[in-house]
Amino acid sequence: MTRAVFEERLFGVLKAISIVLLVAMSLFPLVYMVGLSFKPIQDLLRDPMRFWPTWEQVAGFDTYRAVLLPQARGGQGFLLFIRNSTIVAVSTVLITLGVGILAAYSAARLRFFGKRAVSLGIILVYLFPAVVISIPLFVMFSRIGLRSSLLGLIVVYLASTLPVTLYMLRGYFLSIPQELEEAGLVDGLSRFGVIWRITFPLAAPAVAATALYVFMIAWNEFLYALLFVLENRELWTLSLGLQQLDSQEVPKTMLMAGSVIITLPVIVLFFAAERFLTEGLTAGGVKG
Amino acid sequence: MVARSQRSGLARREARLGVALILPAVLVVGGLVLFPLLWNVALSIQPARLLNIREVGLFGFMPTLRNYRVVVSDLEFWAVFRTTFVYTVAGTILSIVGGMWAALTLRRPFRGRGLVRGLTLFPYVVPVIAAAFVWKTMLNPTFGIVNEWIDVLGGRRVDFLGTLSHDVHVFGLTLSIPLALVMVILFEGWRYFPFAFLFILAALQALPQDVEEAAIVDGATPSQRFWYITLPQLRPVLSVLFLLRFIWTFNKFDDVYLLTGGGAGTEVITVKIVDWLLGRGDVGAAAALGMILAAVLLVLMAVYFRWFYQEEVA
Repeated sequence: MTRAVFEERLFGVLKAISIVLLVAMSLFPLVYMVGLSFKPIQDLLRDPMRFWPTWEQVAGFDTYRAVLLPQARGGQGFLLFIRNSTIVAVSTVLITLGVGILAAYSAARLRFFGKRAVSLGIILVYLFPAVVISIPLFVMFSRIGLRSSLLGLIVVYLASTLPVTLYMLRGYFLSIPQELEEAGLVDGLSRFGVIWRITFPLAAPAVAATALYVFMIAWNEFLYALLFVLENRELWTLSLGLQQLDSQEVPKTMLMAGSVIITLPVIVLFFAAERFLTEGLTAGGVKG
Repeated sequence: MVARSQRSGLARREARLGVALILPAVLVVGGLVLFPLLWNVALSIQPARLLNIREVGLFGFMPTLRNYRVVVSDLEFWAVFRTTFVYTVAGTILSIVGGMWAALTLRRPFRGRGLVRGLTLFPYVVPVIAAAFVWKTMLNPTFGIVNEWIDVLGGRRVDFLGTLSHDVHVFGLTLSIPLALVMVILFEGWRYFPFAFLFILAALQALPQDVEEAAIVDGATPSQRFWYITLPQLRPVLSVLFLLRFIWTFNKFDDVYLLTGGGAGTEVITVKIVDWLLGRGDVGAAAALGMILAAVLLVLMAVYFRWFYQEEVA
């Protein structure tokens, strides 16, 4: 057997093992999470190996009920956290896209003085540590009374998602042939008409990918939520609520149920738009 | 003459529109990133505490270096720095190596590849809080599945995330492993390898096929093709990935904070900053350590661009 043949066989076997390992690595934690989320904590303590629930436990839905019900009715009040996270994430997506699309179009298409510096500056901000900016924002927002509010969170998330929005959309706008827009202008459309009727529909996949990405950032965010709305339980987002409930009193399986609740929308959105997302992140890759 | 003035009129209108469209974004970033940054400098040189937070401002205070002195003379200062470096370098390398492994595995088509690729991205898209909780539960010393498996294999239970150093005996040697730190690094590698994977896979699939085919004809083995043909062509994407992942890992807060809270030898600079801010209510010290973090990052970037990042230029 030559070295080449030997290697071909060896890597063939390694590849099969790698595929199994990859799937296990990515999937097992989620399976474990979903399994535990239905189990009463006593069951888990009695037999930690058996993490998959019985049908009765799934149908009983007890841990989820305990997590979702308002505090007044003996639950942990997650419905409220879901509401807060949804308000914050959806508002962030809408505002960021509104501001970002216009700015990205301007940076990709229009000529004006200082354009390069401005767009480069905004993108560089993306690499800057959030922790460092969070301290003065904490002080600023305390002074103007914006700290303990969902609006304050939305404003901060807007600032932290705008750079990546601009980066992704600008790249996509640059890839749309300019002739299409010029034809629109010649045919008597206004600039906004061109953006609305030609550029925007063409950029729809990129806009969808960006929207999803921004949603995920805002939905998953933890640091700013911790700094800004910790004092008021009514304003907790899902991330913060989960972290705050991680204590001796709350059974771990309930935390798993909370984790499933925060993960589910992200996974659903991700599968609905996976094609857009991977293309948006790695534009230029050849599909195969 | 008429035509030219008309054109310059058009150019002026275009410039006006351009500025108008980008202005909201500039205001948001300026007001919420650049201005706060300025304020952070001011905070770092005044005695600002949580209790007098409403009195601190941009001007009208006696500048002092007290905060910097306090932060640097903190007993854990150098340990925190060392931990941050180890965590950042190891986490970055691990995520890129993992991404490379996944990309090579999924490079050629096979049945179900699309599905496997989608699943591989899970660790990256799952909210960090959920991912951290699952890891914490899996590694739990009393009922975590990992310790159950260790039991079955006849090993001793370990408190993975709470152990500063763990002695392992191999071939008569005793090795002290900073266990909690290793787990945090593994988490980092697990969580971010899909990011590297996406970039490397895209780069792999954009590579011209003919060079590799020629190498096959010449009898190059798979490992030779990888080392001498594929890897050199991936250098640009790897160097960008290293830069991005290094910066983001260096700035990372959530992962470590949620896994260990900074205990058992895992405290990184960002966790320390939040500890100064919320734990000890010393806003000035937090701001000063933030400035140090930003400065170190800047220096590292300068070094990287000066000596290591030459692909794009050359």
